[in-house]
Formats: sequence, C-alpha cells, structure tokens
Amino acid sequence: MIKLKYVIKIYPDGTEAVKDFSLEIKKGELCIFLGPSGCGKTTSMKMINRLIPMTSGKIYIDGVDVMKLNPNELRRGIGYAIQNIGLFPHLTVEENITTVPMLKKWPKTRQRARAEELLKLVGMDPQTFLERYPSELSGGQQQRVGVARCLGADPPILLMDEPFGAIDPITRGKLQDEFLKIQSKIKKTIAFVTHDINEAIKMGDKIALMQEGKLVQFNDPATLLNSPKNEFVRNFVGADRVLKGLRLYRARDIMQEPPLKVKVGDNPVKVRDRMKRDMLKWSMLVDGQNHFLGWITYADLEKAKSLREIMVPPAVTTAPETLLNEAMSMMFNSAIGNLAVIDDQEHLLGVLTFDIIRNILGKENSGNQKRFGGSKQ
Amino acid sequence: MAVNLHAVLELPGLINKENIIEAQLMWILAWNYLLKYPDKILEWTLQHLYIILVANASAAVLGILIGIFISREGREQLADTVIYLASIMLTIPSLALYGILMGILSALTLPSIGFLPVVIALTLYGLLPIVRNTYTAIREVDPAIIEAGRGMGMSEQQILVKVKLPLAVPVIMAGLRQAIVMNIGIAAIGSYIGAGGLGQPIFRGIANYRVDLIIVGAVFVSLLAIIMDLIMGRVELITTPKGLRIRGRSND
Ligand SMILES: Nc1ncnc2c1ncn2[C@@H]1O[C@H](COP(=O)(O)OP(=O)(O)OP(=O)(O)O)[C@@H](O)[C@H]1O
Ligand SMILES: [Mg+2]
Repeated sequence: MIKLKYVIKIYPDGTEAVKDFSLEIKKGELCIFLGPSGCGKTTSMKMINRLIPMTSGKIYIDGVDVMKLNPNELRRGIGYAIQNIGLFPHLTVEENITTVPMLKKWPKTRQRARAEELLKLVGMDPQTFLERYPSELSGGQQQRVGVARCLGADPPILLMDEPFGAIDPITRGKLQDEFLKIQSKIKKTIAFVTHDINEAIKMGDKIALMQEGKLVQFNDPATLLNSPKNEFVRNFVGADRVLKGLRLYRARDIMQEPPLKVKVGDNPVKVRDRMKRDMLKWSMLVDGQNHFLGWITYADLEKAKSLREIMVPPAVTTAPETLLNEAMSMMFNSAIGNLAVIDDQEHLLGVLTFDIIRNILGKENSGNQKRFGGSKQ
Repeated sequence: MAVNLHAVLELPGLINKENIIEAQLMWILAWNYLLKYPDKILEWTLQHLYIILVANASAAVLGILIGIFISREGREQLADTVIYLASIMLTIPSLALYGILMGILSALTLPSIGFLPVVIALTLYGLLPIVRNTYTAIREVDPAIIEAGRGMGMSEQQILVKVKLPLAVPVIMAGLRQAIVMNIGIAAIGSYIGAGGLGQPIFRGIANYRVDLIIVGAVFVSLLAIIMDLIMGRVELITTPKGLRIRGRSND
C-alpha cells in the first residue's frame, strides 16, 4: 500500500510542481496518474522512490515512512520503468532484466532462471532474446523488456512512467492487454503515469486526475466518466465520454446467450417454425461440439434443404477479452450486424448485438455510476 | 604575407637536374644505412616506443581519473578550468616545456635531462585529449539511462562503474589514441635533451648535414605513428561494449 499525505514539491527555481497532494493506492491496485503535460505526474511518482526529494509532506509504503529508509534499498524494492525505457545499451537483455537481482546478489543460476521466466511472461522467447542487445530489438520489444526489467526482483510495488509511450497504437493496445493479463496474475500495487485518457480508462482501477500540481478527482474510471467533478475534468475526459465508456467493458462482460442455437443436423423446417414462433430474424449454427459455424437468417430458410447450405459464415468473430469499443467497430463489418464471441477453440460463448450496446450506453448516459460486471482483464 | 609562388618555384637551382639526382642519392644512402645498421634503428625505435608507452600510460591513468573527478554533478566550473589549463598546456612549445621541466627537476635534484623530463612533458601533453574525452563521454551518457540505474537502486559508484564508464569507453579510447599519435611526434624532439629515440638520427643528421640520417629518423617516426594509430583503432573497437558495436540488426 502506498500513501501520500499533503505532499508538496517546489523545485529550486520556484516551480510549484506538486501542491498538497494526498492519495492512497491500495494493495494490488493499479492507480493511474493522469493529466495534461506538465501537471506533475512524473514528479509525484518519483517522490515515491525518492528520485526527487519532496519539499514537505509524508509518503508511506506499507505504513513505513520512505524518508526513514536507505534510498538505494528502497528503490531495489520498487520496480521502476521510466518514461523513455532507458535500457542499458551495453548490456544484454538478460543483464538488463536482472539488474536488481544482480544488485541484490542473487546466485547466477537464479538470475538466469528469473530472466527466462520474465521474458516468457512478457511474451518473448528466451532462447532468441536473452543474449540480444537493446539495439537489436524493435520498439515494442524494448518496451516489453523494460516491463520485464521492472519486475526483475519481483517487487510488490511498481512505478511506471508512460511505459507504453512512443509506440504505434496497435502494439500499444497489445502491450496494454498483455500487461493487464499479467497484472491479474501478479497483483502488484502500481502507480502508472499516462496522459492518455483512453489508456487510463482501460488500465486503471483508480484514476488520479491532476491539474497544475493538484489532485482534481480521484475515482474509478466509470465514476470519472459519468460524474466529472468540474469543467476541467469534463473537458479532459472529452465530449465523447459516453463512447469512451465502452472501454470499461469487455465482450464477455455483456455478451448474451444466443436467442437460438441450432445444430448442423437440425431440420430446416422445424428451425423455421421455431424462429417464426419466437419472431427471430436470425439464429446461430454450431456443430456437435458447440463450434460456431455461421449465421442462419429466417428469409433464407424458406427453400433450404439443409442448414449448412444457407449458413452465412461469419466475417469476423471476437474473443471474450475484446474491449467493447473494438467489438463495436467489428460489428460494423459483420454482415448480420451481430458479433459472435468465441474462445480459442472456436466454441461459441455468446453474442453481441447493437441492442445490447445501446442498452449499456443508455445506462451510462442516465448517470448510472456502478459499472456492472466490468473487470480489467 | 604575400608569397609569390611562381617566384619560389622558379628559384634558380631548386628543381634543376643536379638537385634531383642529389635527392635520389640521399634516399639511396638512407636505404643503405637501414641495411647496414638495422640494430641501431631498432634500438631507437624501441626507445621511442618505451617513452611513448610510459608517458601515455601515465597520461591515461591520470587523465581518466581527472576526467571522472570533474564529471561529477556540480563540478562544471572546475571542469571548465581543468580543461582550459590542459589546453593551455598544449600551446606551450615542447622545447620550452622541456626547459621549464629541466629547471624544476634540477631544483628538486632529480635527473633534469633525458628520460624523466621528456616523459613528464609527454604525460602533460597527453592529458588534454584524454581528460576532455573522458569528461565529455561521461557527461553525454543519456540521462534516461542513468536515471534508470538510480531508480533501480544503484549507488552513485555502481552507476559510474557499471553504466557510465562502459558507455564512455569508446570515446575515452579515441582520446588515448589521439594522445599517442600526437606524442610520437613530440617525443622525437625529446632526443634533443638526451632521451634517445628516433629524434636522435634526425638531430644528428641536422648537425652533421647527413640528410640520409634525417630521412631514416623521419620515416620511422611516421611509420611508428601510422602503426600505433592502426593498433589503437583496433583497441578502440575491441574495448567498445558489444551492444554499442551492433547497430540495427534486422528485427524478427
Ligand atoms: N528539475 C526541474 N526543475 C524545475 N522545474 C521542473 C523540473 N522538473 C519538472 N519541472 C516542472 O514541474 C512541472 C511538473 O513536471 P512533471 O515532469 O512532473 O510533469 P508531467 O506531468 O510528468 O508531464 P509530462 O506528461 O510532460 O511528462 C512542470 O511544470 C515542469 O516544468
Ligand atoms: Mg512525465
């Protein structure tokens, strides 16, 4: 747990970078420091591991005043990923990752094992990458190694300053997803700096929105979107805050059971009767193992001899982890306007429709503050 | 300073036949000298090399230590002064510096001619490129990299040894290389005050109008400089950390 109490930072030149900042990050929580450039995010974060000395106030980690600790010992216990990655160019990926274990004098074999484990965790093949140098990695790979390095000695706390900055949006999105997956397993207490509202909504359990060194609003993402405290927050969140709310959900959070699931061998006539009775325009075709095959539309059923021959194969399907905003874009590409949610083995899990999404948006709009079922991974 | 080039070239006798023949003769005599006294030339070369190595080794040790010392945060003023002094040093003509050193050394009742004053002078000359390069190389290490080290709990000394110095090595080596090549030339003048080396045949040649001796000395000083430059180039490459040598291998 990290606790900042009335923290003030005035730089020697008189810049008041952080003003009376108080906040608590609970154990296992990912807290976003969000705000426009120059609002004091980095400064606030660096005071936690004492890279920047605070002017006044107190910072506690698990109840211990950080000023009472040896700064180097303190820092070895806190994972740190800086704004510009900052990999050591003269050291291999392995040596980079094991920087803190090396400082802590772990035995060599344990260091090696840890480096392999961490590379696998961030989705890189140890065989290929352990011996490489940073100059032999792509930008995205460097960011991954940066994340692996900050996890080096398995610290309970991480400080991450725009860890996924400066890469293309696609890789960025992928790294964010992967990191959330990792975080759901390792449950670190994290202070995460970004100026990107979308990243904040997607990643944060809590968001601390800052303006000119002050903490303006400290809430979970849904609350921040739905009840901005003042004009500044409203503007920062953006006019499209309702659409942004889509990022709070993943497909599996809101998908529904298909209205009608039919099997390959079913009699088309019976299916047609059933759909007529229930007034369904479409149903979903699966095989005996619940693998999703395609869509059946009522109109096509009239002269059909078998379901397979009139089935419309899906143009796109989606995984349960997909964020709702992405899922919605996919739905525009789907012939039927609906989206099947399937798992890795193509088992049909559920379906997303525009109606469901309209419902969600409506709820957000009417000021519903609880985000239901939303979860970060 | 208007020098009439034509007038110079057309100076009577400068490019006439006899002069050309005489010049060829000198080179033949120099060649004969080389064949006749290879042991002497070897001795001068080794003396020369010895002076250079001792002087530049001390310059390297001193220069790197000074460079590290003045590169600490908050010592910018000191750094400017030190580098200024070192560059002043280079403007003192070598004979003058030898003279000053001879005065100081004899006052200290130390040997005032020969090996010692020359080695001291060359050490002083060699300082500038080494100090300057060490200082700049350390100061120019990407602050993000240093911050990463500090943020992970490295002490200032660990940051210096594990991060700054390895990254500074190529530039420091380039400074050392510069110092060595420069000093090979200056060392030749040291023979004037009895330090031996390849300056010896040159000065003897001048005194006795033996152009063949001058040629032998000059050619071997030049060869030595070229060879040392090549060797130091290799050393520079070898001491550069591997991660800095590889640039942009294609990613897969
Ligand atoms: N060393 C310093 N000396 C004086 N002022 C500083 C120093 N470092 C930062 N500042 C100022 O303090 C304020 C906060 O800076 P900080 O780096 O914390 O911003 P930030 O929110 O991280 O911005 P960004 O998103 O651009 O990284 C800025 O006005 C900045 O100019
Ligand atoms: Mg910043």
